[in-house]
Amino acid sequence: MTALVQTNRVALERPVRQPATDVRPRIRRLGLRKPVPLAAGSGIVLLLAVWTVGSAAGLIDPRVLSAPWTVVTTGVDLAVDGNLLENLWVSLTRAAQGLVWGVLAGVVLALLSGLSRIGEALLDGPIQVKRAVPNLALLPLLILWFGIGEEMKVITIALGVFIPIYIHTHNGLRSIDKRYVELAETLRLGRRQFVTRVVLPGALPGFLLGLRFAVTGSLLALVVVEQVNGTAGIGYMMELARTYGQTEVIFVGLVVYGVLGYTADYSVRLLQRKALTWRRTLED
Amino acid sequence: MATHAGGLTAAGTGDGAHLDVRDPADGRPAVVVRDLVRTYGTPAGVLNGLDLEIAEGEFVAILGRSGSGKSTLLRALAGLDHDVHGSGQVQVPRNVSVVFQDSRLLPWARVLDNVVLGHEAAPNEARAAGRAALAEVGLGGRERAWPNELSGGEQQRVSLARSLSRSPELLLADEPFGALDALTRLRMHDLLRDLLRRHRPTVLMVTHDVDEAIVLADRVVVLDAGRIVLERRTPSATTHDAVDQDTHRTLRAELLDALGLDREDTP
Repeated sequence: MTALVQTNRVALERPVRQPATDVRPRIRRLGLRKPVPLAAGSGIVLLLAVWTVGSAAGLIDPRVLSAPWTVVTTGVDLAVDGNLLENLWVSLTRAAQGLVWGVLAGVVLALLSGLSRIGEALLDGPIQVKRAVPNLALLPLLILWFGIGEEMKVITIALGVFIPIYIHTHNGLRSIDKRYVELAETLRLGRRQFVTRVVLPGALPGFLLGLRFAVTGSLLALVVVEQVNGTAGIGYMMELARTYGQTEVIFVGLVVYGVLGYTADYSVRLLQRKALTWRRTLED
Repeated sequence: MATHAGGLTAAGTGDGAHLDVRDPADGRPAVVVRDLVRTYGTPAGVLNGLDLEIAEGEFVAILGRSGSGKSTLLRALAGLDHDVHGSGQVQVPRNVSVVFQDSRLLPWARVLDNVVLGHEAAPNEARAAGRAALAEVGLGGRERAWPNELSGGEQQRVSLARSLSRSPELLLADEPFGALDALTRLRMHDLLRDLLRRHRPTVLMVTHDVDEAIVLADRVVVLDAGRIVLERRTPSATTHDAVDQDTHRTLRAELLDALGLDREDTP
């Protein structure tokens, strides 16, 4: 009985080990293994655990890094008195507006520059130059041009967002297999059908990758614009907390930014999986 | 009639000579190629003054070694040679369809969407024609599948359905079964013969399989260094009977010889 159990265990632990009679050469696995269940968030859980244990053991000075439970209670307090939710709403609206305009601009510019030689000659250069200039460096100019109101903030976010969308969509549609272009020619597709049936779906994987950069980028830009001349928003809340030395409020802001970024990225990845069901890749 | 003179960079295309209407009654050919030259910028051209006529409803197979210019000829007929150096005159019917060696299905479109892509008819009619064509190639019920879910043979059948659903006057096939295994290829031969019997398009097929050419085509043309070096009608075309073994063997030997292969070299 014991012997039987033992052999079973061995078999379970080493499913790929060949018996001695099998003389096949061992093939090294290059693809990914099956996904480990519930492992997706384990990195974050580990980080939280280290933080909690460190704070509880007194290894982390609360003036430097507030304990997680302080952040949670402060967050709840801020949410209850309405301050946090209001600021969160303002921030989200800004990020969403900037994202929408940035994505639109990025896609349109990528199409213009990707599908026409003239468009490429005119657009690609300036966009690459813009890409090399940090958003933060543009801020003084944008404030001069658009003031310190909502307009400037949305434009700054959009300017940060359109770059990754442009780069990845452009790259995506330029990497569409030439054979599909030939096919479209022999099927006598018109320009519009070519764009909607071949180019856009073919560039979709690239676009979605760009979107992942764009959503996190919009939140990064949010931090920049909200800490400059803000009157509402998560960044403004944090800036205010800094002047009063409220580390825990700053942390609430950071956690909110982190959660927003992670949720946004996760949503795009979910969208990616839904939209690209036709693909068979390393991921599957 | 459509001519594919556009996109050629060199002068001297015989653009003026137009065949207006194709009338089967006076035996006017469906495809006319006159003095076709394609160089790709090299001194030794890919096609060197090629002449070819294909009658309406005729099935012509083009045999040739790699680099003999057979694919270049097909691309010229398909109008896929933008920016290619060359001259000459090409006349093909208006409604041309191409079957490539790879099935060339858009991986992001479902099977039926691939079949009806670019179909001239109204969406409902096109989808009906697409469904019918899929049923004809034995893939009824797979309309919603992704191309990646199909086997190589099935994908090539979808691509045949895509071509046939638009009732082409000229079907151009570039080694359509070259990527399939021997067994699937034989099944595809039967399917193609069956389909052609019903649809009766003019066919030009490029292949390097001598037996495939003999079995399927009415006429076999061997291309070498951009010129036609041999043309033979196949026994199936003349007698409409089962191919007589001896004639098949003789023709096969002759074709292999023209391709520069001794019969003893090949099984």
